[in-house]
Amino acid sequence: MDASILTILVFLPVLGAAAMLFVPRGQDELFRWIAAGFTGVQLLFACWVLWAFDRGSSQFQFEVVAAWIPSFNVNYHMGIDGLSMPMVFLTALLSFISIVASWKITKAPRGYFALFLLLDAGMMGVFVSLDFFLFYMFWEVMLLPMYFLIGIWGGPQRQYAAIKFFLYTLFGSVLMLLAMLALYFYSDPHTFNLITLISQAHKIDVMLWGIEMKWLIWFALFIGFAIKVPIFPFHTWLPLAHVEAPTAVSVILAGVLLKMGTYGLLRISYPLLPDQTIVFAVALAVLGVINIIWGAANAIAQVDLKRMVAYSSVSHMGIVLLGMAAVVSVREGGTMAGAQLGMNGAVLQMFNHGIITAALFLLVGVIYDRAHHRYIVYPSDYKDKALRGKLGFGGLAVGLPIFSGFVALVFFAGLGLPALSGFISEAMCFLGGFSTFRTLTIIGTFGILLNAVYFLRAYQRMFMGSPNERWSGLSDMSPREIGMLAPLVIIIIFLGVYPSPALNVISLTMNNLIELVNAASSLAGM
Amino acid sequence: MHTLTLYALIILFLPLASFVLQIFFGRLIGPRGVWLSVGAVAITLVLALTMLFSVVLGSPMEHYPELVWFSLGDFSLTLGFQLDNIAVVMLVIVALISGLVHLYSVEYMRGDVRYTRFFGYLGIFTFAMNGIVLAHSLLMMYVFWELVGLSSYLLIGHWFEKDSAADASKKAFLANRVGDIGMFIGIMLLWSVTGSFTFQGLYELVDVEGGNMFAGQMGLLSVAGVLVFMGAVGKSAQFPLHVWLPDAMEGPTPVSALIHAATMVAAGVYLTVRLFPILTPDALLFVASVGALTAVLGALIAISQTDIKRVLAYSTISQLGYMIMAVGMGAQQAAFFHLGTHAMFKGLLFLCSGSVIHALHHALEHTGDHETDPQDMRNMGGLRKRMPITYATMLIGALAISGVPLFSGFLSKDAILAGTLAFAQHHHQWWAILFPVAGFGAAAITAFYMFRLIFMTFHGKPAKAQVNRQVHEPSLVMTAPLMTLAALSFALFFTLPGINPLHAEGWFTKIIPQAENLTGYPELGVEHLEHGFHQAHSQAVRLSVGVAGSGILLAIAFYLLGWLDPKAWTQKLQRIGLYQLSRSKFYFDEIYDALLYRPFLWLTAKIAWLDWDLWDQRFIDGLGRGTVKVSDVSGWLDYHLLDQYVVDGLGRVVSWMGAVGRKVQTGRVQNYVLWALVGGILIVIVAANF
Repeated sequence: MDASILTILVFLPVLGAAAMLFVPRGQDELFRWIAAGFTGVQLLFACWVLWAFDRGSSQFQFEVVAAWIPSFNVNYHMGIDGLSMPMVFLTALLSFISIVASWKITKAPRGYFALFLLLDAGMMGVFVSLDFFLFYMFWEVMLLPMYFLIGIWGGPQRQYAAIKFFLYTLFGSVLMLLAMLALYFYSDPHTFNLITLISQAHKIDVMLWGIEMKWLIWFALFIGFAIKVPIFPFHTWLPLAHVEAPTAVSVILAGVLLKMGTYGLLRISYPLLPDQTIVFAVALAVLGVINIIWGAANAIAQVDLKRMVAYSSVSHMGIVLLGMAAVVSVREGGTMAGAQLGMNGAVLQMFNHGIITAALFLLVGVIYDRAHHRYIVYPSDYKDKALRGKLGFGGLAVGLPIFSGFVALVFFAGLGLPALSGFISEAMCFLGGFSTFRTLTIIGTFGILLNAVYFLRAYQRMFMGSPNERWSGLSDMSPREIGMLAPLVIIIIFLGVYPSPALNVISLTMNNLIELVNAASSLAGM
Repeated sequence: MHTLTLYALIILFLPLASFVLQIFFGRLIGPRGVWLSVGAVAITLVLALTMLFSVVLGSPMEHYPELVWFSLGDFSLTLGFQLDNIAVVMLVIVALISGLVHLYSVEYMRGDVRYTRFFGYLGIFTFAMNGIVLAHSLLMMYVFWELVGLSSYLLIGHWFEKDSAADASKKAFLANRVGDIGMFIGIMLLWSVTGSFTFQGLYELVDVEGGNMFAGQMGLLSVAGVLVFMGAVGKSAQFPLHVWLPDAMEGPTPVSALIHAATMVAAGVYLTVRLFPILTPDALLFVASVGALTAVLGALIAISQTDIKRVLAYSTISQLGYMIMAVGMGAQQAAFFHLGTHAMFKGLLFLCSGSVIHALHHALEHTGDHETDPQDMRNMGGLRKRMPITYATMLIGALAISGVPLFSGFLSKDAILAGTLAFAQHHHQWWAILFPVAGFGAAAITAFYMFRLIFMTFHGKPAKAQVNRQVHEPSLVMTAPLMTLAALSFALFFTLPGINPLHAEGWFTKIIPQAENLTGYPELGVEHLEHGFHQAHSQAVRLSVGVAGSGILLAIAFYLLGWLDPKAWTQKLQRIGLYQLSRSKFYFDEIYDALLYRPFLWLTAKIAWLDWDLWDQRFIDGLGRGTVKVSDVSGWLDYHLLDQYVVDGLGRVVSWMGAVGRKVQTGRVQNYVLWALVGGILIVIVAANF
């Protein structure tokens, strides 16, 4: 089981997609159940992995290596550590919940669910790959289903959104491909092995256009990952794609895909090129703070609830970057504790934000399914002139107590209320950031206020005030909807009260990475 | 587990259980289930009192249990209790007021659409408040600090269908968050220097005698202290963040009594009291200035308000200013003393106002009047005979807050005023005199507006005789808390076993001694401070009785006997614009709205335009369109130039050559032989020459 479990996790959904080919047309019910079944079993396996994961080891676990393309030294090489473990679990959980959230899909269900399963496989593959070539392949595999899921099942501007998402991401992928090839050809012996490259990459001593090759590689990787995070100013594909995508796809986009950017930085850029990482850390912090403030400021101005949630992701991912920048804490006059808080906080924030933002998008979907719109305030160019500038809802808390309760809880999680999971990871990132880059972090803390502004304004406008007659007939959440949100809410509360179980998984790996980055650096004497 | 730890855990979590019960099963159990919540808080009161008695009769409480919350290699974070005398007293105050408010609400909120949910919210508030009290570290306090903010948000917005309530709840949360940012930065700053979050740890690491970690950068410690104090500015509604508290009166009146008068708003004072040992003189001066300004500001606004709850709200702001000022003066003991006495009489005053509003509301409904505002004092008058218990208890509250001897407020206010006098005597700069002036001035105004409230509400002729006839005293469930709190507003309860109504010495001062400041400045030494307070005491007594008396007399002259006409005086003051300034609360809301909130929203709209319309739609998509243009051009070049000209041109050249070459194929053998001969000769020539 140990050696094959990751293969199972990755290829189980592919099997499901293949199974769908044998189901005759018209059996819509069956497609859903197949998808739910395969992702459900995948989730069970992921739970088992989480249970069996050795928290006392910083080594890669459940490792599997097999030659794949021996002539190029490409291996089928998988394994997980404390960085990938939370992401693997997150992917499995959100994939399953997304399938449940897609229960009402009627347009071409076979294609939808099959693509969704392929997407799931691609994401899982990214998080378990230890061979850059394999990693890159999964990274690209993921794009295709995503393109179609947005382009076919999305909102009114779906094709524009899909092509934009695709091209934007592909642009990043190209740079990543170049970086990967450079790493391969300049390492001796040529290898894609991400573990071997840790000891090889920093030995690269080549110049190109008068610049050291390592800097170019770092920069190319950075752009590739930055687009995914997304880091300002590469973030504008995100609101569009999130808004146009169907609910479940938004959940995956915000919940899992964004994390690949920061995951890539931590998995590849940090250990392979520590010198560059150390120099760029301050840039990461600056960009993180810009993300925090810029994302939140944009969210405040949004009138479309889904767009607001999308921009809130930009802000919250900025906090991850700030935490990651704390890796250089000791070098900047801080402490090892600061570095550990920042780095562990960053990974925890990746997980927590995945859960919270997934819940947010699911809740947006709940109201959209009922009202077929999601305007907090109707925009000034709305087609019905009488409604322009009017509140989209109002007083929903009267008629929909369960829904408004869920929204309140998740909104408060989003604005970082203590005892809910977002708080502790955000606080860790800020503490780490503060011990490293004091002034920047102080600016960043204003995000705490800005996040509260848009969540509370939206809540007031939609749920408080006198009930809007137009929406008096809406029904409260169904058992299926409660069921898909309940696990997320339970995790939000559990990790908010008791973050230790998650941190125990993460900490050894991250502390190791901090050591690695700081020790391997030839800048040590600087 | 230690018994005390167990007690603290029960006190902390029982109200949380009440919250869970009411939120998830409230509707199922029905309205009678709220008695379970009352019972839960009653148990916490019993436990807290047990601890208090053991402290009063026995030894001081010093119990600091903790456990590791999480750890990451070099860093670990603990949760724990700081169970000392101050915490025990505070627990009793919270449990007592919370218990009485629970009881009172059983009647007051009867028939409310979200009756059980209301009790759930009271439960989570009590939980969070107890958390603040028990927290052993700044970070843990911050956690509960925000949770208290949440419960305040929920309770202010209890009647969220009203836009004003919805606005007020949001405003309260956001104003508090502004302060909380400062507090969070302050916490980070203290931690980054000392590596500690806990009070005990900070006391040790900042202590000058124990190797101050801030040695050489005391300025930074001042900054950190002021920043953490920002949290108190928000929570305790100090200038300039006081604007949320009056609006918070949109919540049900029991909430105003519990949260926005007696306990939550006092949390800021509690924090400052806890922080006192590590506050430098500079930070303390800042604290004192904020407090003094707030004390005067709140009192000045309270004079002209006509909404009974708003008068009390501004009064609360003013009294909290007193407490904050006291800590800043070094009179940390007096500040906490005033916190305790204020909790009783201000809780009482609010519950009395609730009783009046409740009675008036029902009377108005009875007479079919839905227009008249039951909170406006101009619609009251003459209620004395209709509601004797409410009248008597509210009068006691007014006497207490005005600082009349025999009542608790006299003692605590006097202690603070003695502190300001001592401060002024010690600091020889001209501005030091401003603190006693602010203290005594605000005291005089307080007495005036409180008796204005009493007279407008209970005396004189009823504004609406028909309504007045329908008004009657509420049931015992509501009056019992009034009588309890009225009893606790007498000085005696705070001075036992002492019975001298002019001297504060008693169990309270015994268990809450003046704390030691650890930053090493001689003027903050305990003995030095106490000596100063002691010397200023008798002077303060005379002065404070004088100012309270003159304030009350002035109110009698205006509102009871009618010797002076309020309207005429209002106009006189209005001539220099003073009345309107007070009436409209110094225009804080308008100024914030025009200078901060609106420009801020405008800015976010511009940012959104920059982000989307300019950057994405113009630039990024422009890149896309540019790429399409370039590929159009390259497509044109590809087809028209490369394909049509070059490639096809080559073809045409070939076909032309073919056409030319075809002519060679004549079909005559003679021609072929001739050409073969020429070729052969050429080969021979070439071969011979090379």
